[in-house]
Amino acid sequence: MAPTTNTLDRTNYLNATKGFMSWFWTIDHKRLGLMYLWSVISCFILGGFFAMKIRLSLMPGAVDFATQTAEQMNAYNNAFTVHGAVMIFLVIIPSIPAALGNFVVPMMLGAKDVAFPRLNRFSYHLWLIGALLFVATLIIGNLDTGWTFYPPYSTGHTDPSVITAVLAAFILGFSSIFTGLNFIVTIHKMRPPEMTWFKMPLFLWAIYATAVIQVLATPVIGISLLLILVEKTMQIGIFTPELGGDPVFFQHLFWFYSHPAVYIMVLPGMGIMSELFATFSRKPIFGYRSIAMSSIAIAIFSFIVWGHHMFISGQSQLMSVIFSALTFSVAVPSAIKVFNWISTMYKGSISFTTPMLYGMSIIWLFGIGGLTGLFLATLGTDIVFHDTYFIVAHFHYVMVGSALFGFIGGIHYWWPKMYGKVVDGPLAKLGCLLSFVGFNMTFLPQFVGGSKGMPRRYAAYGTEQGFDDWNYWSTMGAMVLCAGLSIALFALLRSFFVKGTLAPANPWGGVTLEWQSPSPPPEHNFEIAPPVVGDPYDMTLVEYVSEEEGFLPVNPRSDDPCVADVKPEDA
Amino acid sequence: MNMYTLLSMMFQHQKEDFFFPSQASENAATVDFIFYFIFYVSLFAFITIILATAIFAWRYRRSKVGMTPEDSPHHSTTIELVWSIVPSIFMVMMFWYGFEDYTERRTAPSDSYEIQAKASKWQWEFVYPNGATSYGFVDAGEYLGKGLVVPFGKNVRIRLESSDVLHSFSVPNFRVKMDVVPGRYTDVWFKAIKMGDFPIFCTEYCGTKHSRMLSTVHVVSEEDFAVWLKENQEDPNATPVDKGKRLFAAKCTACHAVDGSVKIGPALNGKYGTTENIVGGTVMIDDNYIRKSILNPKADIVVGFENVPMTSFAGQLSDDDISNITAYLKSLTE
Repeated sequence: MAPTTNTLDRTNYLNATKGFMSWFWTIDHKRLGLMYLWSVISCFILGGFFAMKIRLSLMPGAVDFATQTAEQMNAYNNAFTVHGAVMIFLVIIPSIPAALGNFVVPMMLGAKDVAFPRLNRFSYHLWLIGALLFVATLIIGNLDTGWTFYPPYSTGHTDPSVITAVLAAFILGFSSIFTGLNFIVTIHKMRPPEMTWFKMPLFLWAIYATAVIQVLATPVIGISLLLILVEKTMQIGIFTPELGGDPVFFQHLFWFYSHPAVYIMVLPGMGIMSELFATFSRKPIFGYRSIAMSSIAIAIFSFIVWGHHMFISGQSQLMSVIFSALTFSVAVPSAIKVFNWISTMYKGSISFTTPMLYGMSIIWLFGIGGLTGLFLATLGTDIVFHDTYFIVAHFHYVMVGSALFGFIGGIHYWWPKMYGKVVDGPLAKLGCLLSFVGFNMTFLPQFVGGSKGMPRRYAAYGTEQGFDDWNYWSTMGAMVLCAGLSIALFALLRSFFVKGTLAPANPWGGVTLEWQSPSPPPEHNFEIAPPVVGDPYDMTLVEYVSEEEGFLPVNPRSDDPCVADVKPEDA
Repeated sequence: MNMYTLLSMMFQHQKEDFFFPSQASENAATVDFIFYFIFYVSLFAFITIILATAIFAWRYRRSKVGMTPEDSPHHSTTIELVWSIVPSIFMVMMFWYGFEDYTERRTAPSDSYEIQAKASKWQWEFVYPNGATSYGFVDAGEYLGKGLVVPFGKNVRIRLESSDVLHSFSVPNFRVKMDVVPGRYTDVWFKAIKMGDFPIFCTEYCGTKHSRMLSTVHVVSEEDFAVWLKENQEDPNATPVDKGKRLFAAKCTACHAVDGSVKIGPALNGKYGTTENIVGGTVMIDDNYIRKSILNPKADIVVGFENVPMTSFAGQLSDDDISNITAYLKSLTE
């Protein structure tokens, strides 16, 4: 028989209330999550546009090295600044924690909402103000400092738009702190009594570790950016030597935040990986405790490795040596996670759904991203690769490879929960495949260009420098990547126009609590309170029911109307 | 000779290989050895994880094993310890090699020949112990100036200083790179073991023409080097105009042309003695205005150039230097 619970007219959080204010002024974590999601996707398209602008102008023959004007160089410098700043501050940092985290965290806890729903709304509004100010500044103001804002260039040698950009980043930082704070309290205080720390889904561990970094590290960048402001407007010497400051001091402050920020970006992606590999192998995750603990270890170690960005900055040699040694300490927990995911597949029942394809791509991408990090932790080789395209390729493999592919995989995984539609057709898979191929085509050549000495942030290269081949393949790859991501987005958007019944409550066979709620969930997440808490990775708790086209609990609760309707024989 | 240097000798190569440009300094082979050590360890690890993923994915696909997989362990302390400890051992080796090489390459031998490199937006200037100077940057696709000339087979230490923003001195063939930080001195050293010309890049973003802050290292024999040093010493009989021309080429040409064309700043030929529109009024271009513009360029900016502030040359150019530059600019009007 056809499922009766998931008809289109059932009241859910999407259609319960209508109108602009019902979204803009909502305190529902799910609606806030979706608003973050679409804001982030819009920013991603903007950042992607500038990425293409960069790649197209670096295509050999596109710009003549001899005749490029100062205006054209400035336009290029602005493009890479906008690309970097938008992608970091407006896309990757809020992507998984703010967008997916908001949607998923309370549901995974079986809760109605986050601990402080109004603070959550305030975070989003702050983010929106910060984002609008930031984008306006970046584009109108012709900002050209790079996303790193290094003084003395940023304080004394460029456009005054640095002031508004820095203010915007400061506001965005507050939004990030509030979100982190909210998640920490939510995870501490709102777990159901049966859910002990070691019965928590690994995504929650990852979000928890991320939130700790957000709360502890973000204030430092906020203050450092304010110091830039103070120096620029009041001429108080902090970083500029002419005024008695020290530019290397800024780099310390900047990377004290920005290195942990790398893990704000990557850890949530790793959390999604753990969910995907367990669900789509239909097997308990291998080494649950070591994955959970490695998230915490990464969060702690991330605070003591920032100096590896500064091996040749003029910091003391002893510092460089210590930071090199400490940096390797982050590599170990990251490697452990990869081994655990692969072992989860061993003797599993592996289903090649779109989210799992993204998950398996990440093994490849994060494999390369992580392993190339070894060259950069090692002092001797880092000197050669520092500020070349080798670094550019490395951090794109880590941030796009883990964070962004994790984000997109997560969107596909929770899309049925968000909108009641399963997006798992050939088009979605083609999007994943093309993105994967395009991504490798774009960034593998950059490793080689970089090891040959190709510096980053150059508006053009002369043919005699010998980098044309690598730039050519990189630009071609960027076009394939752009096509792949466009197809993926198209497949998601198309699902809104597909008529028919809504997705089952649990299309993939996940055991975490959000799958016990219908798709899309009602306003308060669970129709009857609270859901059954079991081992988050005991796959025998759910079984596949073909007429449901999804999974149902093996031992449903007799008072669950959702289950009673579908399987009357069990009632 | 320890095993470490022995191993690195295996990685000596005269020509460009797949990853690296040719080795032109004594230490380059060591870096390449460390690179290839990490590379092969990583390649092995990468192939292992990709093969395992592919094999498991195929062997345990759902269409084959069905919905309910057979039972398998959920964790194994032994395996987890092995895959934590074995990579750690390799990482200790990587750290150690990198550390040894770093201390070696960051500490210039005491017998090094010392050259000063002064970085400013967007050019390099090199000053030799005998007062000889040369410079280098790219304009309109052309490499201008004589660049850095160094003797073959001698330890050379380059002392780096910046007069404005952060720059970075990079010579890929020597495998050296160091940030040039305003307000403090940094240095690099190398011993060139290959004759020829090798590119110098600025590798720390420094503004509009960062991508043109390029020059060349010329490695020449000791005899040629001695000749070159003599030739490039300042002529004691030079007139103020000659001296000014020389200074102008080294300090000003990255931004100012003398053929009427606008680069970053206005062209300076034919300007002396004329009246110019500046922000908030007009000014006569005379000795005082030139002096003011060099020492405090942001004070009276010519209309149209408000957004490209010039860096002050206070502390870099002496009173005599400024007088000589003024004499040169005056000569361009006569």
